[in-house]
Amino acid sequence: MRRRVGLGAIQQQKLAAEKYKDKGADIQESQLEQMTKQMDVFRIKLEEFAMKHKDDIRKNSQFRKQFQEMCAAIGVDPLATGKGFWSVLGMGDFYYELSVQVVDVCLAANHKTGGLMELDELRRRLIAARGQSPMHQEITKEDILMATKKLNIFGNGFVVHKLGKGKYIVQSIPGELSMEETNILSAASNTESGCVTQNQLMNDLGWTEYRTKCALEKVLGEGLCWIDRQTDEEPSYWFPSLFPGRNAQLVAA
Amino acid sequence: MNRFAYQEARLGESETFVSRDRNVKIYDGDQKTEFADGEVVLTTHRLFWGRPGEIARAAVTLCLPLSYVVSLSEETTASNFFGRKTRIIMHLRPPNPNKAPGPLDTSRAAHIKLSGKNGLSVEFHSALRETLSARVWEISLASETIVRGAESVANVSDRLARIQKRTGIGGIERNLEAKAKATDENIALAFQDLSVLMAMAKDMVGLSKNISSKIREQKGEISDDETVRFKSYLLSLGIDDPVTRDNFTSNTAYFNSLAQQICEMLLDPIEEHGGMMSLADVYCRVNRARGFELLSPEDLLHACEQLNGPIKLRRFPSGAMVLQLESQDDELIAIDTSEKVREAESLAVEELAKQLGISLLLAKERLLVAERLGKVCRDESVEGLRFYANLLLFRDID
Repeated sequence: MRRRVGLGAIQQQKLAAEKYKDKGADIQESQLEQMTKQMDVFRIKLEEFAMKHKDDIRKNSQFRKQFQEMCAAIGVDPLATGKGFWSVLGMGDFYYELSVQVVDVCLAANHKTGGLMELDELRRRLIAARGQSPMHQEITKEDILMATKKLNIFGNGFVVHKLGKGKYIVQSIPGELSMEETNILSAASNTESGCVTQNQLMNDLGWTEYRTKCALEKVLGEGLCWIDRQTDEEPSYWFPSLFPGRNAQLVAA
Repeated sequence: MNRFAYQEARLGESETFVSRDRNVKIYDGDQKTEFADGEVVLTTHRLFWGRPGEIARAAVTLCLPLSYVVSLSEETTASNFFGRKTRIIMHLRPPNPNKAPGPLDTSRAAHIKLSGKNGLSVEFHSALRETLSARVWEISLASETIVRGAESVANVSDRLARIQKRTGIGGIERNLEAKAKATDENIALAFQDLSVLMAMAKDMVGLSKNISSKIREQKGEISDDETVRFKSYLLSLGIDDPVTRDNFTSNTAYFNSLAQQICEMLLDPIEEHGGMMSLADVYCRVNRARGFELLSPEDLLHACEQLNGPIKLRRFPSGAMVLQLESQDDELIAIDTSEKVREAESLAVEELAKQLGISLLLAKERLLVAERLGKVCRDESVEGLRFYANLLLFRDID
C-alpha cells in the first residue's frame, strides 16, 4: 500500500474527486441522451400504431387501456384518424378528433392567453402537438374551423370571431369564466389614480393589443369604468370605484 | 428431451396462456418416448406436457422453457388410416447446467418432436410459431434487468468474467450501454406487429413509464410543448371502461350511465377549477379520458342534461353552458354574497370580483341573484352600481 500524505496527496485526491464528478455528469448526460432517443422511437412507433391499428386497438379493452397509458407516458396523441372521404361531408371521426385537439391546445395555453388565440397560432401549436408524420401536418385552417363548428352546440362557450379577411380569433373561455376584466381591475387598482390606458395595460400585463382592447371594451360595456378622450394621446379609462378619496368621503358622510 | 424439467403447471408473473392441444406424444430426437397421449399447453414463456387432467390440476408436469428453442421445422408422415399428418420438430439449445431435474438426464438428440394421432392442430402450430417469434420471455427478463440492475444472475461459468468486466467506471459504462441496447432491441421487437405488442403490452407500459419518469427526473418535463404535456396529463387520467352506446338498449339508460360516469370523472377537476367548467373544457377532458371511444358533442350535451347530483348543467343568459357544483346553487350563493356585502358594508361588482377572484360577469350575477332573493339592495348612481345589505327586510340580523 502506498501511503499518501502531505499537501500533494490532498491535492491529488481533490483532483480525483473532480474527475469522478465530471465522469458522473458525463454518464448521466449520455444516459439522458439514450432515454430521449428511446422515447423518440417509442413516440414514432406509437404514432404509427395509433394510425394503422385504431380499430383493432379499440376492440380489445384491456389493450386499449394499456395503449393509452403508453401514449400518456410518452406524450403521444392516440387520436390520429386521417381525413377520409366521409369527412368531406362532416362525417366520420376526423373532425370530432380534431375538435378535441383544438380544445386541448386552447386549454393548455389559457393561462397565458386568457382564452384568446389567433387561428394561425392555434394551427401552429396543434400541428406541433399532433405528431411528426406528414399526415398530421396537413391540417388546414378550414379543417380547424370545421372542427370548431362541432362545438357550437355548447352555446357560446367556444367561439370563433372573424376579424377580417382570413383572420380569425378563437375564444375558448366564456365571458362568465373569463378573468380578463378582473385582471384589468387589479392592474388599475395598483395605480394611484385608478386610471389605466391601453398601452399601459399591454406593458404591465404583457397582453396583445387585441386582447387588451377586447377586455377594456367589455369593462366599459358593463358600465364599470369611464372613458376619457380629452387627452391628446390615447384615451384613458377611469374606475369610479377606485377613485382616491372615495372611502374618505364615505367616512365623512 | 433432457431440456425438460419437472415443474408445477402454474403461470408465472407476466406469463399468459397461449394455446393447447390434446393427444400429443413427445419424441426424444427420433425415438418414441413413454410420454404419449398427453396434453400440451403453450404459454408465452414455456411449454408444458402432462397426462390428461394433470395440467388443469396444476400438478407437477414436464416443462420446457421456450428460451431453449432455436428454431422450428416440421415433417410430414403418413397417418394411420389415410391422409398425412405433420409433426413439429423443435431444435434446442444445450441444456443449462443448473437446470432442475427432469425425466431424462442425458440425451444425444438436440431436438424433440411433438406428434399426435392426427398430427397437431393447425391452431397450435401457428400459435407456437408466433409465440416463438414474439420472444416474450426475453422481454420480461430484460425488464427485470432494468429494475433490478446488476442483480440479474446468469450462468455461473461466465460469472467470474462478468465481475471482472463490471468493476470500475468502465464496467459501469459497459453495463449501462448493454442495458440500453437491450431496451432498444425490446422496443424494436415489441413494435414489429400489433399482436406482438399486445402480448408484450404490460412490459411496454412499464418501460414507457420508466423512460418518461427518468426523463422527467432529469429534464423536468417530457416535452417542451405545453400542449403535449397537457394532453399527456389528461390521457393519464384515463377511465377503465368508458360507457358506450352499444351496451344499452334505450337512449335514456345510456345517457344516464354516461352522466354518472361524467360526474364521477369531473367532480375533482371542477372543484379545482373553482366550481365551474365550460362545456368545451368538459368535452375535451371527457374524451381524453375515454381515449379511443370518442363521445360526440351532442351525446355529451344530452348526458350533461341528465346530470342530477353534485354537478349540474347551467346555461347563462349569454348562452354559454357550464357544469357547476351544487355548492354554486343560487340560494347558497345569495346567502354567501349577502354576507360578503354586510362585511364590507357595501360592494360594487368589481370589488366582489376581485375579492373572490372570479370574473366580472359572475360577480354581477351573484349580486343580482342575492338582490332577486331580497338579500341585498342596489344603489345606482353616477359612480356606478353598488349593493348594500337589505336592512328593510333583515334589520334585526345585526
